[in-house]
Amino acid sequence: MFKRLRPFFALGLMLSVFFLGGCSNYIVLDPKGPVGAQQKDLILYSIGFMALILLVVYILFTVIVIKYRENRKDMSNWEPEQEGSKKLEILWTAIPILITIALAIPTIKTIYDLEKPPQASAHKEPIVITATAVDWKWIFSYPEQGIETVNYINIPEDRPVEFKLTSADSMSSFWVPELGGQKYAMPGMETTLYLQADHKGKFAGRNSNFNGEGFTHQIFDVNSVSQSDFDKWAKDTKSKAPELSKKQYDQLMLQGEAKKMTFSSTHLKWVDHAKDRDYAVKTRERLGVVPQNPHGSKAKDANKPEQDSHGESHSH
Amino acid sequence: MKWDEFFVTGDPLIYGADVSIGLTVIGLLFYLTYFKKWQWLWKEWLTTVDHKKLGIMYIASAVLMLFRGGVDALLMRTQLAVPDAKFLDAQHYNEIFTTHGTIMIIFMAMPFLIGLINVVIPLQIGARDVAFPYLNAVSFWTFFIGAMLFNISFVIGGSPSAGWTAYMPLAGNELSPGPGQNYYLLGLQIAGIGTLLTGINFLVTILKMRAPGMTLFRMPMFTWSALITMVIIVFAFPILTVALALMTFDRLFGAHFFTLQGAGMDMLWANLFWLWGHPEVYIVILPAFGMFSEIISTFARKVLFGYKAMVWAMVLIAAYSFLVWVHHFFTMGSGAAVNTAFSISTMLIGIPTGIKIFNWLFTMYKGKISFTTPMLWALGFIVNFVVGGVTGVMLAMAAADYQYHNTYFLVSHFHYVLIAGTVFGCFAGLVFWYPKMFGYKLNERIGKWVFWLFMIGFNVCFFPQYFLGLDGMPRRVYTYSAASGWGDLNMVSTVGAFLMGIGFLALVYNIYYSFRYSERENTGDSWGLGRTLEWATTSAVPPHYNFAVTPTVEGLDPVVAIRNDKKEVTPKLADIKPIHMPDNSGVPFVMASFFFVAGFGLVFEWYWMGIVGLIGVFITLIIRSFDKNEGYYVSVDEIKETERITV
Repeated sequence: MFKRLRPFFALGLMLSVFFLGGCSNYIVLDPKGPVGAQQKDLILYSIGFMALILLVVYILFTVIVIKYRENRKDMSNWEPEQEGSKKLEILWTAIPILITIALAIPTIKTIYDLEKPPQASAHKEPIVITATAVDWKWIFSYPEQGIETVNYINIPEDRPVEFKLTSADSMSSFWVPELGGQKYAMPGMETTLYLQADHKGKFAGRNSNFNGEGFTHQIFDVNSVSQSDFDKWAKDTKSKAPELSKKQYDQLMLQGEAKKMTFSSTHLKWVDHAKDRDYAVKTRERLGVVPQNPHGSKAKDANKPEQDSHGESHSH
Repeated sequence: MKWDEFFVTGDPLIYGADVSIGLTVIGLLFYLTYFKKWQWLWKEWLTTVDHKKLGIMYIASAVLMLFRGGVDALLMRTQLAVPDAKFLDAQHYNEIFTTHGTIMIIFMAMPFLIGLINVVIPLQIGARDVAFPYLNAVSFWTFFIGAMLFNISFVIGGSPSAGWTAYMPLAGNELSPGPGQNYYLLGLQIAGIGTLLTGINFLVTILKMRAPGMTLFRMPMFTWSALITMVIIVFAFPILTVALALMTFDRLFGAHFFTLQGAGMDMLWANLFWLWGHPEVYIVILPAFGMFSEIISTFARKVLFGYKAMVWAMVLIAAYSFLVWVHHFFTMGSGAAVNTAFSISTMLIGIPTGIKIFNWLFTMYKGKISFTTPMLWALGFIVNFVVGGVTGVMLAMAAADYQYHNTYFLVSHFHYVLIAGTVFGCFAGLVFWYPKMFGYKLNERIGKWVFWLFMIGFNVCFFPQYFLGLDGMPRRVYTYSAASGWGDLNMVSTVGAFLMGIGFLALVYNIYYSFRYSERENTGDSWGLGRTLEWATTSAVPPHYNFAVTPTVEGLDPVVAIRNDKKEVTPKLADIKPIHMPDNSGVPFVMASFFFVAGFGLVFEWYWMGIVGLIGVFITLIIRSFDKNEGYYVSVDEIKETERITV
C-alpha cells in the first residue's frame, strides 16, 4: 500500500517546492502599495496557520493509515468497539476555536483599516477619481481637475487615491491587484475604494466580475507618476485635450470596447450613474440600438457597433 | 422566428453535437424496437415508484450529466491551455462555463447524491419504501425533464451565458436577450420542484418510517446526513423558487424586480441567490460526509469515532449554512461591520468541519483498515478536502478575500471542496453500494486505476490554479496574453483536466467490464463487513419490498451484532405476513412531459404552448386526485419464493 502512496507524497512535495519557491513572483504577494501590502501580510499570516493545520492532519493521517493497516503483523491493538475520547474531542474543538480567534482579530482590524485611506499617508489629502464601468470599458473622471479619461488613469505616487466606483450597466468589479483588493462597481450606487502606489510604475487594472462578451478585455492601465508630472499632465489635459461632447459620451454608452481617450471636461455635469441607474440603457434605446440575441440572425449578420471611430480620441 | 435562430448554427462543434445526438436517438429507438424493449421500458422504469429503481435512474442521469459537464470543462481547459488561443470565441466560452457550473451543481452533484440516498436510505432504516413513493417518481421525472430542457439549449435556441450565478442586471433582457437565460430559469425551476418534493419526502420517511428500535441516535450516519440535508432543502429551495420566478417575470412579462430600468434591485438577486446558494453547497456536501462516515467505519472495521459529536457537527454546519451567504460578495461594499460579522460566521464553520475530519481520522485509529476502492476514495477525500477547507478559511477572511475574489484562487478552492468532497463521495458511494443495486461489484483493479488517475489528475488540474489566482488571473476570462505569464500553469492545469477525463473513461469502462465479467453476489452483505441494515437483506439486490420481515434494531451497527452473534438472517416463516405495496403509475412521467412542453413554450415566449403544457400538468394533477390507487398485497407464497424459503 505504501509503495502506492509514495508517488502521491512525492508529487505533493514536488508541487509545493515548485510553487512556493517563486512566492514573490506572484502579483498579489508582491504588492506595490500599502493597501496591497496589508492584504499580503494577512494572507501570509493565514498561510502559516493553514500550513500548520495541513501538517498536523497529514502526519496523523500517515501514521494512522500505516499503523492500523489490515495486513500488519500485530493485531492486538485492534479495538473495534473503541468509540471516542472526551479529552481528544475537547482538544480538537478548542484548538480550532483558538485558531479562529487568532485569524479573526487581524482580519477585523484590516477590514476596518481598508475603509479608510492608508495610515502611512494619512496626512495627505486623497485625490478623488470617479470610476464608471460601462460594458466593456472604464470611464474615469477627475472632478477636482475637471478632466476625464477612458481606459487609463494617471495617479500621483505615494498619495492615497479615493476611487468612487459606479457602473452604467452591469455589475463590475474594479481591481488593480498590484495595488490592492477589489470592490464592486454597481449601477445606481456608489462604493468607495482607497488605493495607493508607493512608487512610479505602470499597473494593470481590470474588471474582474464577469459581465458578458467583452469581459476579458475590459482592462485599464494605472500609471503612477510623480506629483509634479501629475500636476503638469492634468494642467495640459485641461488646456489641450478636446472637450467631451454629450453625443460622444452617448456613443460610449453603447456596448463595446474602446480605445484610451482623454478629455478636458467630465460627464458628471450631465449624469451621475450612481444616481441614475438606467441612463445607459435609455441612451441605447434612444439611439435605436436594440439588444440582440447572440444566436439571432441579426447578430450574426450585423457587425458589432463600432465606437472607436467616433469622436476625436487621442491615445495616451 | 427563423430556422437559423431556432437551431444554433455556425459552429462545427455544434454540428458535431447535432449529428451525435441524432445518431444516439436513432440508435436507441432502433434498439428498443428491434429487441422489443418498449414494454419493458414502460413497465419496469418509466412507471416505477420503487425507490431503488428511481435511485438507479437518478444516478444514471447524473453520470450522463457528469459527462456533459466534463466535456464542457475540457473545452474550457483546451481554450485556456495556451495564451491567445482561438479555439472558442468569447460568447461560446461564456456559454460553456455557464452550462458547466449549472449542470455540475444542479444536474450532476445533487441528483447523484439524491440517487444514492434513494437507493440506500429506505434500506438503511428498514423501511419498505419512502413515505410517498408516487411523489418520489414525480421528483425524479421533474428533475430529469428540467435537466433535459436545460441541456437542449446548446443546439436549440442557444445556451445561457450569464454564469451559473446569473447575476442581474447582466442576466436581464437588457444585457442578455434571447432564449438562453430563459432555459436557465425554467430548467432550474422545473427541476427545483423535484428537489423540494424530495426534501419533504425523505424528511417524512426518515422521521416516520424507521424500523422498530431505531431511535434518532441509533440512525446510521448517512441517514443522519440525509435527514439534515432534507431540512436544508426544505428551507433553502423555496428561496430559489421565488428568486427564479421573479427573474422570469422580469424577462417574460416586463417586471422590474432586478432590472436596470424601473428601479430594480440587482443586489437583491445576489442576496436571494446565495441565500439559497450557500445552503446548496451543504446540500451537496453533507450526504458525502455521511457516506464517508459509513465507508471509513466499515473498512476500518470500527465503530464511528465520536458519533454524537459527528451528528451535532452536522447540525451546526446546517444552521451556519444559512448565516454566511454574504461571504460570496464581501466586495459589494456592505461596510466593515457587515463584512466582519459574515467573516466570523464563515470561519466558525471551520470548527465543526475540523471536528469531523479528526473524528474520521480517529475512526481508523486502532482499526483494521482494508484499502478497497471505496476506502481509497474516502482516504483521498480526507487528504484533498482539507486543502479545500483551509483555503476556505483563507477566503473567509474578508480583507484578504478582496484579493482572492473572482480569481482562480476561488475557482480552485471550490473545486477542492466540491470534487474532493462531493465527487469523490459520489464515486465512493457508487462503488460501495454498487452490489446493492446490481448484484455484483465493480472490478477493484480497474476501480483503483480510476481512483489514482482521477485523484492525481484532479490535483494537477486544480493545485496550480491557487497560484494563478495569487498571480491575478480572474475567473471566467476566455483567454489571456502571453505577457501575463500565466501560460505554464494553465498548461499544467489542462493536462490534469484531461487526466481526470481519462479517469472518467476508465470508470465507464469499469461499469461495462464488471457488467460482463464480475462475479455475481449471493449474500446481502457483499463486502462481508457491512454494519447497517441495507446489508441485512437476504439477497444481494433487495426484492422490491426490501425486507420480508421488518427488522428490529437494538443499537448502532445492527449488522455487526448479527454477524458477531452468528444470528440467522433468514426470516422466520411464522413472521411473514402479506406486504402492502404501491402500484406503478405512468402519471408522473406524463406530468413531467407536460412540464417540458410548458417550459419549452415559455423559453421561446410561445405562450399558447406554455398554456397548453400547464393545462396538461393540471389535468394530470386532477387525474391523480381522483385515482383510487390502493396498491396491492404481496402474498406470503410470493415472499417465500423470492426469499427461497423451502418449508
